[in-house]
Amino acid sequence: MNTQLKPPVSAKDHIQGDPDAPIELLEYGDYQCPHCGRAYPIIKNIQKRMGKKLKFVFRNFPLTEIHPDAFNAAVAAEAAGEQDKFWEMHDIIFEHQRHLTTESILIYAQKAGLNMAEFSKDLQNDVFVNKVEDDIESGIRSGVNGTPSFYVNAKKYNGSWDEDDFVDFLNRLVVRI
Amino acid sequence: MLNVGTVAPDFELNSTPDQKLSLSDLKGKKVILAFYPADFSPVCGDQMTLYNETLRFFKKHNAELLGISVDSKWCHLAFSQSRNFHFPLLSDFEPKGKISKMYGAYDEREGESQRALFVIDEEGIIRWSYLSPVGINPGADGILEALEKLDAIKTH
Repeated sequence: MNTQLKPPVSAKDHIQGDPDAPIELLEYGDYQCPHCGRAYPIIKNIQKRMGKKLKFVFRNFPLTEIHPDAFNAAVAAEAAGEQDKFWEMHDIIFEHQRHLTTESILIYAQKAGLNMAEFSKDLQNDVFVNKVEDDIESGIRSGVNGTPSFYVNAKKYNGSWDEDDFVDFLNRLVVRI
Repeated sequence: MLNVGTVAPDFELNSTPDQKLSLSDLKGKKVILAFYPADFSPVCGDQMTLYNETLRFFKKHNAELLGISVDSKWCHLAFSQSRNFHFPLLSDFEPKGKISKMYGAYDEREGESQRALFVIDEEGIIRWSYLSPVGINPGADGILEALEKLDAIKTH
């Protein structure tokens, strides 16, 4: 029922694209959620089509009871972020979302070019577990009601995320800004 | 819908095929009543799946969550097992919708509970309520804010 993003995007968030872009698209997502998997290439295309007009932010919202590997996958992406490879890991995880056991995650980390000794240590680090927990709590407070949940310029977006519909909506917003 | 400030009417409903649960069993705790239209329908699934994840935030406020719909106890069991729920689903099945009607949260046309939320305090008084449009999952933020406000009042 709440529609305002809480807290707003900050330096703690993973942001892709021009930080000064007029449109901020934020997703609360779950790496094991099939709908988020379906949204993944759509978001990529939207980013391409919107170019410098859009920045994309991802926050974790793993539904751990129905997706047992989602939380660990989220921690893995956060841990990869410590080596500036958050987005590489984010992408590779979504591209293999049916195979997210610890063994698979380690293979993806290697593919992403991570320092494996550091990464294995970071997987156990509470800092990254807490980051995922904080994302979940912020999602609850922001009125997340399922995954994926999108926020455009800090307001919950309840429209269609079919690629053309979403791009139309965003372009109309650019004109107004 | 019953107004904020009224005493929450007591009830006893099946929480599993062989167990019943009364509201009065939970005296001394806050209770969140989540009436919803139907097991397995897409929006309810999302709503209850979400609440299953937010239970730990509710529990910080000494609050228990009860889901209620007109589905049978066996249907609830299957729904609960399929989503790994850690809270009871109560069956408002016979006479159909009796408790939902008592709370003013029944849709006569569909013959289902409405998507209605109540927060009840430790003394059994309704302190917050919300009726959501049937197709919209209301999320958990309203419940959490209501619980926080109740605890804030107590500490001041």
